[in-house]
Amino acid sequence: MAVIDNSQLSLCQKKFDGLRVGYAFAKRKSSSSLKVKSVSRINMALATDVSRFEGVTMAPPDPILGVSEAFKADTNDLKLNLGVGAYRTEDLQPYVLNVVKKAENMMLEKGENKEYLPIEGLAAFNKATVELLLGADNDATKQGRVATVQGLSGTGSLRLAAAFIQRYFPGVQVLISSPTWGNHKNIFNDAGVPWSEYRYYDPKTVGLDFEGMIADIKAAPSGSFVLLHGCAHNPTGIDPTPEQWEKIADVIQEKDLTAFFDVAYQGFASGSLDEDASSVRLFVARGMEVFVAQSYSKNLGLYAERIGAINVVCSSSDAAIRVKSQLKRLARPMYSNPPVHGAQIVANVVGNPTLFDEWKSEMELMSGRIKGVRQRLYDNLSAKDKTGKDWSFVLRQIGMFSFTGLNKAQSENMSNKWHIYMTKDGRISLAGLSLSKCEYLADAIVDSYYNVS
Amino acid sequence: MMGKNSSACSFEEKESDKSLSVAGRRIGSLVRQLAATSMEGQADRDGDLRFQPTAGSAVSAFQHLEQAPEDPILGVTVAYNKDPSPVKLNLGVGAYRTEEGKPLVLDVVRQAEELLIQDRSRYKEYIPIAGLVEFNKLSAKLILGDGSPAIGEKRVATAQCLTGTGSLRVGAEFLSKHYSQHIIYIPVPTWGNHPKIFNLGGLSVKTYRYYDPRTSGLDYEGMLEDLHAAPPGAIVLLHACAHNPTGVDPTQDQWEGIRQLIRLKGLLPFFDSAYQGFASGSLDADAYSVRLFVGDGGECLIAQSFAKNMGLYGERVGALSIVCRSATVATRVESQLKLVIRPMYSSPPIHGASIVATILSDRNLYYNWTVELKNMADRIISMRHQLYDALKARGTPGDWSHIIKQIGMFTFTGLNKDQVSFMTAEYHIYLTSDGRISMAGLSSKTVPHLADAIHAAVLRLG
Repeated sequence: MAVIDNSQLSLCQKKFDGLRVGYAFAKRKSSSSLKVKSVSRINMALATDVSRFEGVTMAPPDPILGVSEAFKADTNDLKLNLGVGAYRTEDLQPYVLNVVKKAENMMLEKGENKEYLPIEGLAAFNKATVELLLGADNDATKQGRVATVQGLSGTGSLRLAAAFIQRYFPGVQVLISSPTWGNHKNIFNDAGVPWSEYRYYDPKTVGLDFEGMIADIKAAPSGSFVLLHGCAHNPTGIDPTPEQWEKIADVIQEKDLTAFFDVAYQGFASGSLDEDASSVRLFVARGMEVFVAQSYSKNLGLYAERIGAINVVCSSSDAAIRVKSQLKRLARPMYSNPPVHGAQIVANVVGNPTLFDEWKSEMELMSGRIKGVRQRLYDNLSAKDKTGKDWSFVLRQIGMFSFTGLNKAQSENMSNKWHIYMTKDGRISLAGLSLSKCEYLADAIVDSYYNVS
Repeated sequence: MMGKNSSACSFEEKESDKSLSVAGRRIGSLVRQLAATSMEGQADRDGDLRFQPTAGSAVSAFQHLEQAPEDPILGVTVAYNKDPSPVKLNLGVGAYRTEEGKPLVLDVVRQAEELLIQDRSRYKEYIPIAGLVEFNKLSAKLILGDGSPAIGEKRVATAQCLTGTGSLRVGAEFLSKHYSQHIIYIPVPTWGNHPKIFNLGGLSVKTYRYYDPRTSGLDYEGMLEDLHAAPPGAIVLLHACAHNPTGVDPTQDQWEGIRQLIRLKGLLPFFDSAYQGFASGSLDADAYSVRLFVGDGGECLIAQSFAKNMGLYGERVGALSIVCRSATVATRVESQLKLVIRPMYSSPPIHGASIVATILSDRNLYYNWTVELKNMADRIISMRHQLYDALKARGTPGDWSHIIKQIGMFTFTGLNKDQVSFMTAEYHIYLTSDGRISMAGLSSKTVPHLADAIHAAVLRLG
């Protein structure tokens, strides 16, 4: 029991002479775990019972993650969740990769301890991740020119880089594609980094507005950062061709800009780790300094483990050492050091040749299923759309997502009438689609596209 | 691209550069580089594949970056790792060690992991932005107590975060966006990372007196005076128990006095609870201060960590709870917490939280946990007594009773920077320069070595 006796009271009162003690706390029934004796000589109550957070407004649901919430609330049998980019099997079940299960069993058997990782993360993971990204024989790695810090998947790695840009390049802006992943803007906003957009998606062709992209990048102030999706652009699925990547690199070099790659789908897009990293490797081979945020959410199915990395390829090993030290300094007041579990899984899979090969097969399977679904959807759309509209962009787009070209109202019709949940920008996640549902989806798209404006 | 042998100092940022734009600084460096390389041997360039005169940026964008020093706390382990001495002792980081000096993974944690891995219905899809629902409920219950009216009345908004650091950071960012007062008062001394977390989270930091070096105890009057002088609504950081780094906690009566003053002044308490159960061995006793405040119906923030009490250090498990006046406010607060979290890391990691939820929701595992927890706490208390006895036996000058009066993982020895350096250099004992030692890193075997070192340091540099 906590009681303040009279001698302490007078001590308190002496200190607080002149203070208006007209406040009284609203009497609360004491909880079973605690008894507080009220003190009659001091009336402790607030002038008001109102919360100091009364003015906090209700935040809207996240546009992407909120879709799953809406889907869960729907009781209709035909419902389909094409919102979040999380891979599902043909039976629309979540998928834990076999290599992940094997790695976790190995880890449990080894009896790894749970000590703090260094701020920069698990050394074995950092080594593996940069080799995956740049290739095992890459000069930049051999020369020690890459600063790598384990991050909280793609988001966390982007945020670390954004905080770094805010501190060491204050006022410098990041150019982001129009459209881009919805959370990019939030990350740069919260980090205090100004951003502007470069043209990217051309709704007329449902393809890349390459000229607009180049023009906007050329017009950027010197020293700006340009955020590029390494492969499988989210949300459009539209990637530059290798020739176009060369041109983009030319412009970035000419204008003294810095490329900042978001690589969330390496291996998942085409099925090949090397092919999906070719854009990044092209830039690095030219000796350019680049930032690269990586995620293992999709390609190793480690979504909830939050495992990724921020890599900064510098022009010298000395710069890399300094950059890494400053990245650590930003991570420490954010979460001190990163979580160990996901990092161990990646390190175990990549470090074990058998598991590594098996992983590549599983990635081919996953990306293969998505390509199969694209084909079926395209076939269905072509059959059901009697106007002869060209739906082949569904086949040309790459990765988990397809930008259907549906607008907000049409996307809402998909949910309201057809119980198909997607983001309002017209993006559907093919990872959440099965072959058996393609026909239903095609019906819904055709209906929404033509009957809703 | 710079030549292989170019020394960094040729490209140091000049004073005059600082006022230039990024591009301007780069041009300045470039000019100096060209001047330097023209004097270097041509052979360097010819043999150096990395020198590409056509590369768009011959100068690094990171010229102006300095190397950051190692983190003062985590850097101790870095230095310790480099030391080849067989008698070296790491008393830097607060990570529990067994009597054999080994890290400990709790039995209940291993059992929970086995259960998780065998559960075929588990998958790894994104968990909600605010974390696992079950984990959040159980965490709040753990700190606030069974039957807490705040929980019953749904007045608690809880978000799973990355252990203590992450919970504090998310809380700070939330307050900087949604609370009218952006000043937080922290005790002197406090954990080294606190001011950085709050600054980067958008708050400005002021201090209140806490530790009295003369008594090696709490400067209660100084604390009350400083809090009394705080502007209304200011945020106050309170260590729920086992104050880090001093190990000095207010008594129950002192907590009541602090509570009354904080409520009187309308200050907003923000608890850092990193040692519940680990300090005294009792989960309820170590939650006393938090429950005292919540019991009066007022609002507060609580950052919880499961790093120490469940030994889940590297899994980064914790929770931020905001106790509000009403359920409707709590709902809105939770929705805004998600907006802070989403652009930081989208959603928290699943593994550690699953382990905690498994243990807290299973009666047997929970009970076994409390036993293991008490064993850890008891071992640390025993180390305190052993060290105290060893110093008395050596006749080391000074009053060392604070070693047994202080509570939790750390002891604030009272040793100064020079004495600390001496102990590291001569005795290979690693601790933070403020004289804080982690009792968790001691064993019966190593206590004599530490006592010798302290004894020598006090005599040599007393």
